[in-house]
Amino acid sequence: MAIKVGMEVSVAMGEMVKLASADVIAAYPITPQTHIVEHLAELVADGELDAEFIAVESEHSAMSACLGSAAVGARTFTASAGQGLELMHEVLYVASAMRLPIVMAVANRALSAPLSVWGDHSDVMAVRDTGWIQMFTENGQEVVDNTLCAFRIAEHPRVLLPLMVHLDGFHLSHMIEPLLLPEQSEVDRFLPPNSYPLSLDPARPVTMGDFAPPVIYTETKWAQEVNLRASKEVILDCWKEFGDAFGRYYSPVESYHSEGARVLLLTMGSFSETAMLAVDSLRSQGVDVGLVRLRLWRPFPFDELRQAVKEAEVLIVLDRALSVGGPGGPVCSEVKAALYQVEPRPKVVSFVGGLGGRDITVSGFEEIIKRGMDIAEKGSASEFEMFGVRE
Amino acid sequence: MDKQTVYIPRLASTKERFAPGHRACIGCGEALAVRLVCKALGDNVIIANATGCMEIVSSQLPYTSWTVPWIHTLFENTAAVASGMESGLKAMNRKGVKSLPGVKVVAMAGDGGTSDIGLQALSGALERGHNFLYVCFDNEAYMNTGIQRSSSTPYGASTTTSPAGKVSVGKFSWKKNMPAIAVAHNVPYVATASPSYFKDLFSKVKKAVAVNGPAYLHVLSVCPVGWRSAPELSVRMGRLAVQTGMFPLYEVENGKYKLSMDLPKLRPVADYLKLQGRFRHLTQDMIQEIQRRVNEEYAKLKEKAA
Repeated sequence: MAIKVGMEVSVAMGEMVKLASADVIAAYPITPQTHIVEHLAELVADGELDAEFIAVESEHSAMSACLGSAAVGARTFTASAGQGLELMHEVLYVASAMRLPIVMAVANRALSAPLSVWGDHSDVMAVRDTGWIQMFTENGQEVVDNTLCAFRIAEHPRVLLPLMVHLDGFHLSHMIEPLLLPEQSEVDRFLPPNSYPLSLDPARPVTMGDFAPPVIYTETKWAQEVNLRASKEVILDCWKEFGDAFGRYYSPVESYHSEGARVLLLTMGSFSETAMLAVDSLRSQGVDVGLVRLRLWRPFPFDELRQAVKEAEVLIVLDRALSVGGPGGPVCSEVKAALYQVEPRPKVVSFVGGLGGRDITVSGFEEIIKRGMDIAEKGSASEFEMFGVRE
Repeated sequence: MDKQTVYIPRLASTKERFAPGHRACIGCGEALAVRLVCKALGDNVIIANATGCMEIVSSQLPYTSWTVPWIHTLFENTAAVASGMESGLKAMNRKGVKSLPGVKVVAMAGDGGTSDIGLQALSGALERGHNFLYVCFDNEAYMNTGIQRSSSTPYGASTTTSPAGKVSVGKFSWKKNMPAIAVAHNVPYVATASPSYFKDLFSKVKKAVAVNGPAYLHVLSVCPVGWRSAPELSVRMGRLAVQTGMFPLYEVENGKYKLSMDLPKLRPVADYLKLQGRFRHLTQDMIQEIQRRVNEEYAKLKEKAA
């Protein structure tokens, strides 16, 4: 039986890492990730979690220590955000290409300069192409559930890839919510032990991390692409089995009143719940609008997205990151790319907002939807609109 | 110690863990050093290797020179990777997840990967006290990328980024004292070694492996290509570095210095410098300046070891 608690989401995530019996946690403090790793350090210090907590001297070393730990076959967890994620950048590519199943929480944060400890998705977008499985979460329960799923997916013998669970910095990481935590026995039933097949072991010596001359590099990258795409099947299976065991089901793309709606708003992360209220409000005023939420970011859920928006005339995408000098919202440009080959397809309107911790309220989302409908009808000279900016 | 032939390693172990067939240059002192260190290490090890010459010559897909478990990830993070491996093994052994008793984690890197770009990761790992051995194979420049100066390049050496010129002496600063930096972390064991003195190298590796905690070994690795020295002289060059006091052999056990060789009188540094093209441009004055500095440093070292 699950235990009902009122708990800060970061603390709950730490509890899930404990229930997953992680062997190694290597982490460097960065706001707003700190509460996750502080709680884990506390659990280790109190003997409640039997693990090695490596208080490394940088995020670069945090992820590097995770490489070493995962390579010897240990269950490995870390957490980061913003600048920290950027400092680990080059190491992230190595983790995925060497197929090391590391689980990382990212308490999404804006990037300097100017310095901002507050939330947006700039850090997510900067690590978009690092080859990790990445998923967004909307609320504390999703963080709890997907932290457990993360270990199972990452360590699955057909996957063996690192996985990022994104939770919005402060807006989600620091919330105290009513949560259902599973019991140890339930976790043990759901999560098999880590059985990394080719770990570094003197009894079975392997060489890991060779360099690749031009004659073979392309093939290694293709293998990685095939592997990451194929992981979706395991992700779907995992979510299905999680749902069967715990009663909460997850999908790569989630919908809210989107069936048959003429206008759709697409969001990701914790802002989606506010957007739902805006959709409710506008629907009560007779506006034919629904919401689509992107949960799985990598591998990108092309089919699910096309399916979810196929009947809409207008699709409004809100990005919490800016591709400076480019098409505006990174998620929106991917959504456009995914829909370009499809007929018929909705008109896609791009908004960028909620940067550096700026909140978007229910009325803000109503405004975005109305403005988006207006742009879809009349057109716009610019690639995107920056919501709420004071010029 | 000086009378020993280069064939003495065969007396230690005929088993090669750094297998022949790698693509190191003729006369590579680093390949020799790695091979000998591996003989001393034995089989119950896992090696983390930084990007650099040894990684490139030993691990082109789909081949490998390594008969022990070995991992390369990046340039600057080797000590951190080793930290993760050591912690992972420790946790799994303790929890009974896996049983890998007595496995020694060994990190290997060049002088650039150690004293420049990897210094922070190394400092962190030494400070945290992981039970591992870090070996720096010091060939005194970024040889893999084409002989660029590192902080471990000696004063006056001409490299591609510290070229001697009309207004340049070559490298204008003195070689960074990396072993002293390791000592400053209060680790149980620090030593310098040279493949030209195998028995000494062998016993130091054994000691370092036996230590419970961080150990740091700094091995001078002659690079005929970068030093512009004759490849057949690599072993002799290693000895000259020691005999001139340019690279003294010593160990520091729990903070206590001990000279590994008694050198009542140092050979003139010119004997060592004149065999190397990287020092060809040095004037008498500059050689004297180097001699002064070496005498001074050696005296300081002797004082510490007294």
